[in-house]
Amino acid sequence: MNTVFSINGPVIKVRNTKDFSMQEMVYAGEKRLIGEVIAVNDEETTIQVYEVTTGMKPGEPVDPSGMPMSVTLGPGIISNIFDGIERPLKQIADISGAFIGEGISVSALDEDKLWDVTVTVKEGDMLSGGSIYAECPETPVVAHRCMVHPELSGQVIWTAENGKYRINDTVCKIKDSEGVTHDLTLCQKWPIKQPRPFAERLSINRPLVTGQRVIDTVLPIAKGGTAAVPGGFGTGKTMTQHQLAKWCDADIIVYIGCGERGNEMTQVLEEFSHLIDPRSGKALTDRTVLIANTSNMPVAAREASIYTGITLAEYYRDMGYHIAIMADSTSRWAEALREISGRLEEMPAEEGFPAYLPSRLSEFYERAGYVKNFNGTEGSVTIIGAVSPQGSDFSEPVTQNTKRFVRCFWALDKALAYARHYPAINWNDSYSEYTDDLEEYYEENVSPDFIPYRRRLSNILIEENKLMEIVKLIGADVLPDDQKLVIEAARVVRVGFLQQNAYHKDDTYVPLEKQFMMMRTILKLYDTTLEAVNKGIPLARITDTGIFERVIKIKYDIPNDELKLFDKLDNEIAETVSGVIKAHSHKK
Amino acid sequence: MLQYVGLKEINGPLVVLDDVSDASYDEVAEIRLENGSKRLGRVVQIDGKRVVLQVFEGTRGLSLKNTKTRLMGRPMEMPLSSELTGRVFSGAGRPIDGLGEITAEKYADINGKPLNPVSRKYPRNYINTGISSIDALATLIRGQKLPVFSGSGLSHNKLAVQIVRQAKIAEESGEDFAVVFAAMGVKNDVADYFRRSFEESGVLSRVVMFLNLSNDPIIERILAPKCALTAAEYLAFEKNMHILVILTDMTSYSEALREFSSSKGEIPGRKGYPGYLYSDLASLYERAGIVEGSKGSVTQIPILTMPNDDITHPVPDLTGYITEGQIVLDRGLDQTGVYPPVAVLPSLSRLMKDGIGEGYTRADHSDCANQLFAAYAKVQDARSLASVIGEEELSDMDKAYIRFGRMFEKYFLTQRSDENRSIEETLDLGWDLLSLLPISALDRVDDKLLGEKYHPERAERFI
Repeated sequence: MNTVFSINGPVIKVRNTKDFSMQEMVYAGEKRLIGEVIAVNDEETTIQVYEVTTGMKPGEPVDPSGMPMSVTLGPGIISNIFDGIERPLKQIADISGAFIGEGISVSALDEDKLWDVTVTVKEGDMLSGGSIYAECPETPVVAHRCMVHPELSGQVIWTAENGKYRINDTVCKIKDSEGVTHDLTLCQKWPIKQPRPFAERLSINRPLVTGQRVIDTVLPIAKGGTAAVPGGFGTGKTMTQHQLAKWCDADIIVYIGCGERGNEMTQVLEEFSHLIDPRSGKALTDRTVLIANTSNMPVAAREASIYTGITLAEYYRDMGYHIAIMADSTSRWAEALREISGRLEEMPAEEGFPAYLPSRLSEFYERAGYVKNFNGTEGSVTIIGAVSPQGSDFSEPVTQNTKRFVRCFWALDKALAYARHYPAINWNDSYSEYTDDLEEYYEENVSPDFIPYRRRLSNILIEENKLMEIVKLIGADVLPDDQKLVIEAARVVRVGFLQQNAYHKDDTYVPLEKQFMMMRTILKLYDTTLEAVNKGIPLARITDTGIFERVIKIKYDIPNDELKLFDKLDNEIAETVSGVIKAHSHKK
Repeated sequence: MLQYVGLKEINGPLVVLDDVSDASYDEVAEIRLENGSKRLGRVVQIDGKRVVLQVFEGTRGLSLKNTKTRLMGRPMEMPLSSELTGRVFSGAGRPIDGLGEITAEKYADINGKPLNPVSRKYPRNYINTGISSIDALATLIRGQKLPVFSGSGLSHNKLAVQIVRQAKIAEESGEDFAVVFAAMGVKNDVADYFRRSFEESGVLSRVVMFLNLSNDPIIERILAPKCALTAAEYLAFEKNMHILVILTDMTSYSEALREFSSSKGEIPGRKGYPGYLYSDLASLYERAGIVEGSKGSVTQIPILTMPNDDITHPVPDLTGYITEGQIVLDRGLDQTGVYPPVAVLPSLSRLMKDGIGEGYTRADHSDCANQLFAAYAKVQDARSLASVIGEEELSDMDKAYIRFGRMFEKYFLTQRSDENRSIEETLDLGWDLLSLLPISALDRVDDKLLGEKYHPERAERFI
């Protein structure tokens, strides 16, 4: 029998054994705490334990499980809330009360619940890995498709009648080429650290529409893409992630609260059950799965939570869904790696982080993608990872290494957050490499003018940035009127367009069409005013009419479903400016 | 029970025992010296028969042969009962007020257990502190953890006392609240200041004090907040009381942790602090909140002094990532005589958005707060421009901002330490100050509300 030799926080060691394999799941101690093998040599096996080791003694048994750390995949995942190793928190609360105890053994998915299953294959059908053999409605918006385990294939020799089944009931039997019969239930197991396979990667060319102007218009993300949201504390990382989880047009959201606040998870639970998804008309919880490993829960499970989340996402991708993962925050995950690495006395690289930090990060982000599945469907996993740089310094290792593996970088800015400009995404420091990939989509689905308009909008901001250098030194009064106009127009872009109010019923989610119309109106204002200024009309005459303020408030004044009002406003701009010109020439 | 005679190694607060057969991780040990005195310790590492103990009261006077050690077979526990209020304890949770031991109703592990997110109740009820800058701009919510980021010599203690005195944390009856106060590495006279202030405001009988002064052992300093929070959780969730926990000074706590970590020979992270500082601080700060099915609540106000006033130092930095906002004090404001010197822009309450507005404070609260923030941010821009080109050269708009900034600091931020403003007073004051600016500058508020609240004639009293 293998027994505990040494204990140091979440790291325990077993001596003189060859029974364990790398990344195998084990049960440690009398309480049978779940752990994972992280190092093996002929002298000792090192195990990280996903729970608190208080009270453990040397000499307690350690049992191998024979399989790597895995999750159960089947109906019952969506609308649930799990801890970092897929244990349902509601069931844990039923067993141990408000505070989480140790060594609680609960099955990941409800084994007694009956699902309304439709078997979609018949005897004689040839199935291979990924083929769909049954379907059941999991929530009002997600139909669960049971797929053959990727490593299995064979001919169907028996199917159950359509009807109500539990997750462990056999609904189909297949015989493989060696003549072995496999019982297919509604669920399967998959190791969390191994990416699920797919047929091929497809090119990325569809946006993940989020309804957030600064993202959709200026810094878009594609379905199957990767984005990082770095920002110091209080800059709105969590707020941005919540907004995306609420409004983006993915089919399913996997929200990983990795080492963050307990109250935030409670907030998501509460808020998402009240909020209605504008596309399906159903509660947002019907498309959301939450993984909560709050900052005071065991650190090793924090490391696992990221992998658990992405594995769940890949499983639904294989069914042909588009998934968006919010990982809040990847820095806490990196710190968990550092903490475990320190306990193992590994040689640290930068700032105490282990040397394998970059490879772990890249492995994680590479699991995103837009793919064609074995069963012919297309699905995608989009990863949006928050980064919490220490000291708000973007040159620290986690931010820098993340930057290398993501193609979209939304830098949150303290100065903007202090001025309560939300989302506080800094348009100068951020970038999206997807703008070119998505050009075609915007041209076909929104307007051919979308891309040129965006370019002009960005130019106004860039121009303003240059002018501000001068203004900071000598004030804005000395600038000529056309440059003053750039500054005024940039203010309209910043306050009226980029800034978005998450608490306003219309402004919290803005469809692409309205984003486009807003751009058009702002540019119309700029062009019309510039024309007048070039004719010698003082800019102050035009700003005095209050037309700039009118345009700033279009986000509130024009409801999302009354886009006709934009034409009216465009006329108003033209009339106001020509009125000023007339009055001016009259005076002359 | 087995006794182990002598030690194998002594290193800082750590001692090593050899040939131990039955140690369990994290259990408590009692070390008896030849002269009869007793010290407590805790198992922090086990390698087969070699056991590392952390000694709470320090290792002075210990030698390799003058000790007898017993392992107690249970983790560090604290006796709990409703008699806790009005008592004073050491950092390790032993009574030091001469009133004798606590008759325990139960014992609880001081490390606590993580609160299940599904059992939490989202905090929504605001606490009126009577301090304008906090109530209007960084509202404290019952069940929140809202730290004060301060610097040496700033008035954080005075502010904490004012909050304790004025905070309407209790329900209407007023019977069910208590303050848990943990001092970690603070000076004797600071602890005394708190004691006197509690006494003067008549709350001393409702205060549970844990004192670890700056000359007390560092291991007890690490235990002090854990004991305090164990007491707080017990009173809140089992006795249904509303508890306000004040932890001061978290920087001293973190330094104690660093000292302990380095004597254990651990690999240091940033500025020598251990790599697990985040997890460790989180295990304290996360012990705030409201639990489904209990009437009580734990609200935390940790106080920390930023070394060299640097907000990016690991302690304030990691704290800010865990807590639900922060109140930042500013030396510049303090020097110009503003009390409380709350730096408005970096201060934030994350739970504020759901605990203010109609039904909680007043419908116009969030508009007023947003506009004050936006306007005060412009003040900073105007000031930095003025420092280059001089105030005379500024545009009229910038001049208006400069004037607004001055009046805002003088009338809104500044208040007496015994001045208790109602939320109505505070918000009205905010609107009146905003009326110093031209109406076109108020771009965060819709026209209808502006029509009601914009009164330049009321702003005249400030000039």
